[in-house]
Amino acid sequence: MKKLRYIALYLLLLASPAGMVCAQEADTIAAPSAADTTLREEIAQDVAQAEVMAADSLVGEDGKEEGGVDVNELVFGHIGDSYEWHIASFGDTHISIPLPVIVHSSTGWHVFCSSKIAEGEEYEGLYIAKGGAYDGKIVERNAAGEEVRPFDISITKNVLGLFINSAVLLIIMMSCVRWYKKHPVEQGAPKGGVGMMEALILMIYDDVIKGCIGEDYKRYAPYLLTAFFFVLVNNLMGLIPIFPGGANVTGNIAITMVLALCTFVLTNVYGTKEYWKEIFWPEVPTWLKAPVPMMPLIEFFGIFTKPFALMIRLFANIMAGHAAILSLIAIIFITVKAGPVINGSMTVVAVLFGIFMDALEVLVAFIQAYVFTMLSAVFIGLSRVKGHESKK
Amino acid sequence: MGLLTPDPGLLFWMVIVFAVVFFVLAKYGFPVVIKMVEDRKAYIDESLKAARAANEQLASIKAESDKILAQAHEEQARILNEAAATRDRIIRDAEDRARTEGARLMEEMKRQVEVEKECAIRDIRRQVAVLSVGIAEKVLRSKLADEMQQEELIDHMLDDMLDSVKK
Repeated sequence: MKKLRYIALYLLLLASPAGMVCAQEADTIAAPSAADTTLREEIAQDVAQAEVMAADSLVGEDGKEEGGVDVNELVFGHIGDSYEWHIASFGDTHISIPLPVIVHSSTGWHVFCSSKIAEGEEYEGLYIAKGGAYDGKIVERNAAGEEVRPFDISITKNVLGLFINSAVLLIIMMSCVRWYKKHPVEQGAPKGGVGMMEALILMIYDDVIKGCIGEDYKRYAPYLLTAFFFVLVNNLMGLIPIFPGGANVTGNIAITMVLALCTFVLTNVYGTKEYWKEIFWPEVPTWLKAPVPMMPLIEFFGIFTKPFALMIRLFANIMAGHAAILSLIAIIFITVKAGPVINGSMTVVAVLFGIFMDALEVLVAFIQAYVFTMLSAVFIGLSRVKGHESKK
Repeated sequence: MGLLTPDPGLLFWMVIVFAVVFFVLAKYGFPVVIKMVEDRKAYIDESLKAARAANEQLASIKAESDKILAQAHEEQARILNEAAATRDRIIRDAEDRARTEGARLMEEMKRQVEVEKECAIRDIRRQVAVLSVGIAEKVLRSKLADEMQQEELIDHMLDDMLDSVKK
């Protein structure tokens, strides 16, 4: 446990300067880059807000310069979800992959191609909302003329990304498994890609799962290994800028929520008697729990805050990474108006920092997958505590 | 729709996709890899054990062969010694026998010589007696003219004979 604490501390330390450096970079880059103060403020605001994830407050704010690039839309358009997979735009021509829309509205099921509602058009009473509570989502109008969301299970960009990444994960794993099926034990350990996967699997299995859970780690190993590789593959695929990568899957709260819920369920469903006792009647001085159940209350909230922290940590890290890289790249386009010298030098700086951020994100992709798995394992391990008699 | 609000459609798909991925990997993916690794570990352990056993066996075989070799050496030395002893004994025996045989032959020889000598002496004595009788006859013929002398001689002779008988 002591070792784990050190690792957690180390990771924290590792993550905090990176975030700080990011913010500072953004500031220092922003400062000299802009010729006029409004533009400077704009960038600083954008980057800072992207870092802070003050997403809701950004809705409706206009980050658009005259004839310039709408950084807000660029960054949040990527971080958010969409009904089509935008690849590139040349002037007014947009190259994007239309995706199927599957909606159950008040008029029944609707399945159609997203290109039918691409440019704000209405199709079968459905259209993509602009502004309002459902900005960017498919809505319909009810009898009172208000915008309401139908039941929407469209294959959006993130869903398709999820499918592709899952397929990649399954293909990688199954090709490894096929190698094992083809080679008997006597032929020794695999080399190359399969060997790398084996090393990764064993690292998680031996160090994280066995180390954190203890006795009956075997029951939880499949879930934790799946979670690790799922998060890792999705993180790494998100870093590839063009199709089929680039979807911000693990930087979406719905994805991390499902993962955190799985950990939550596994933690609490298989919790031992001792685990529940430690929550509702912990070993603290009686006045802390008898008249006013202070500690039990805190412990009880702990049940929910732990997976909540898991959810937010992964989501925020990946989303912030995407936002930081995009903001850095956006600098190139913002400084176009500031003249060729500033634009040129800023391009060099932005590309350099972009490379740095990408390298950092590869590290973060692994670290976040590792941390998610390790903390899940720790939480599960804590829920498997045995009585104090058996500990001694 | 803010970033912090999970989208139900995505939630729906995520649950399905994650369930499928989890099912496939948990059933056909990781157990295979982990089982394989554990099998390999067991196999390596076993191989090491077998190798150690083989080594030990080899060592014991070597010791045994050394022992057998030493035994053979000992046997050889013993046989050689024995052979030498036998040889010595045979030689000694032969010598002994030769010596005794020689001695016996010598003895026999001596006895024969003795017998021969006796014979010769007896022969000589007979010859001498014959000769002496002849000579005595001749002497007597010449001397025994006188009666007295004859008587005297007879007496003398009788005495001699009596003496020799007495002896």
